[in-house]
Amino acid sequence: MKIKNILITFVSAIALLFSTSVVSFAKVVGDKIILGAAISLTGKYSSNGVHTQNGYNMAVDRINSMGGVKVGGKTYKFDIIYYDDESNPKRAAQLAERLISQDKVEFMLGPYSSGLTKAIAPVTEKYGVPMVEANGASRSLFTKGYKYLFAVLAPANLYLDVAIRTAVELNGGKGVRIAQAFEQDAFSQDVRLGILDAAKETGSEIIIDDKLPKELNDMAATLVKVKQMKPDVLVVSGHTKGALTAIRQISEMKVDVPMLAMTHCDAAKLSKQHGKNSQYALCASQWHKTLTYKDDFFKDGMTYAADFEKEFGYDPPYQSAESSAALLVFKDAFERANTFDQKKVRDALAATNMQTFYGNIKFAPGGQNVDKPMVLFQVMCDDAGKCENKVVAPLKWASAELIHPIPKWSKR
Amino acid sequence: MDFLVFQYPMITIQACLDGLLLGILFALIAYGMALQWGVMNIINIAQGDLVILGGYIAYFMYLYGIHPAWGVIVSPIIMYFVGIAIYKLVINKVVDRDLFISILATFGISILFMQLMNFAFGADVVLANSGYGTTMLFDNNVVLPNSKIFSAFISIVFAICLVVYMKRSKLGRAIRATAQNARAAKILGVDTEKVYAATFGINAALCGVAGALISITFTIHPYMGLPYTIRSFMIVIVAGLGNLPGVAMSGMGLGVFEEFADYILGTEFRIGSVFLLLVLILVYRRFKLSRKREYLK
Repeated sequence: MKIKNILITFVSAIALLFSTSVVSFAKVVGDKIILGAAISLTGKYSSNGVHTQNGYNMAVDRINSMGGVKVGGKTYKFDIIYYDDESNPKRAAQLAERLISQDKVEFMLGPYSSGLTKAIAPVTEKYGVPMVEANGASRSLFTKGYKYLFAVLAPANLYLDVAIRTAVELNGGKGVRIAQAFEQDAFSQDVRLGILDAAKETGSEIIIDDKLPKELNDMAATLVKVKQMKPDVLVVSGHTKGALTAIRQISEMKVDVPMLAMTHCDAAKLSKQHGKNSQYALCASQWHKTLTYKDDFFKDGMTYAADFEKEFGYDPPYQSAESSAALLVFKDAFERANTFDQKKVRDALAATNMQTFYGNIKFAPGGQNVDKPMVLFQVMCDDAGKCENKVVAPLKWASAELIHPIPKWSKR
Repeated sequence: MDFLVFQYPMITIQACLDGLLLGILFALIAYGMALQWGVMNIINIAQGDLVILGGYIAYFMYLYGIHPAWGVIVSPIIMYFVGIAIYKLVINKVVDRDLFISILATFGISILFMQLMNFAFGADVVLANSGYGTTMLFDNNVVLPNSKIFSAFISIVFAICLVVYMKRSKLGRAIRATAQNARAAKILGVDTEKVYAATFGINAALCGVAGALISITFTIHPYMGLPYTIRSFMIVIVAGLGNLPGVAMSGMGLGVFEEFADYILGTEFRIGSVFLLLVLILVYRRFKLSRKREYLK
């Protein structure tokens, strides 16, 4: 018995020693700047979580191989500690605590999705840890007065704003009749608020306003109403489920509507899963590879896409591109601050004004990026059934002309 | 509140037809649940997850270039063995314990299945395209996707086959005997262990068929199983065990109820209204039972 007790003491002493050696992982070790990130590697957000992680890794490798970060005359390299938050907000908040208080990380990268970012932001704020996030677009993140939260992406309420304005413009400046169906979650409801604002400003009328459940896989009822009421624009936002269900049922029920605008088309691999049925759908996107923004690390969108595909074997969705951009922002801020003091880095982040391959980045006082408009692309297919996403709005970046109105199903 | 559904008669017809076609599919899943509930006294919380797994089988066939409709043949065969395996690993240890233990066990299986499917197939929402086209009725005012009609048709075929099998075959008779009185059946030489395994297998196979049909008509996702469990649970409670016509009727009734709830209350209350109905029915049943008990005094 005694021997056993001694053994237990011995083992726990070693464990303790080991754990303290982990704790000594501080923000900057030797020539490394260590960033922390809780990412959904399992659970319902895992596919987009992996896109996010790939984006981060891609940028870390690129920045490190191109000379790293120069602070105080010394060169540093980026390194990231990842934890899996299991797509669970509670877990994400715990992990943020752990990264900050145990691993002593002093700078954070964001998780995937608005919900998880919302869970982490109060923690980083409490400890005064600057966080640059790339995947939380919900408007409510930017109205809480957070000082240490910076988002490289445009807020959710701007996602489909462009679509409504384009429809009004094509209607000769007169208001349009809008049918909309949104999932009941923070992100989609923010997109909805954006549409309400745009409708008010343009004098448009909302004739169908459906809310979709989380377990959504059938929106036939909404579409039957659309068939009867014949709106000018149909707007759908319900993550990948919403996009896939909408296209499937619109094509099956032969719903004719002059303009169909959605979110999450590229995450849903719409043109791959639905082929020609997805043709003419308009999709909101934070980024598209054909945009002509430039930077020194990834050159431009096309080069980024090619490099990304070489490394990970698939075309980068915008979730990856924006995640890569987050690291470019950090590098820029560290170099301008020229110190690792959290407050000074935070101030440098707030003063960011730069162009990256992903777009211009300049933060509003709330932390959202106000210098990068959303783009709309349209799914366009050739006769062989091969489909491609082409940017159609805003006009400055358009690589193809918007097809409007969508041809009727009987004529396709 | 939206009463569009009563203003346009075509919408009413559309809602009824959509509901009926959907309800027939629900009834198939519920029939499997009623069967194993009646025979083994097990409420299978993992029912919906078995459905989703069946759906993934059809989806993978589709991915490899086989028409997903063949899934209705392949998926039940694979799922039958999955069912047997689950029975041998877990269910046979809880089959004669009380209901609570079996609910816990199948709840555990449900969580395990969700996570495993998520791990193996990823968290993307997927679907299999049948390319079946659409049937238009009443001057194009009512549209019925052929995939929904196909689903309902296949569900009816499987339900009929199962009824005939239960009536005619030796195993079917053994299953029915066990459901009536397991001890008596055992004494008379029925291998109840085998009957239980087969029952669980048949239930999983029915889930497999339903899953394949769902991947053709709707979408599938590792975490989408629970609503199917709830629906079939509800259909079974309304209909009662061992009452096949009752299951079919209450399945279709639920389908139509859901569609109308969707039109009148809004899509956001669609599944909520099913849950609410479930609570109301349970309360009503409880109320009825308590009255009965008083009567007996």
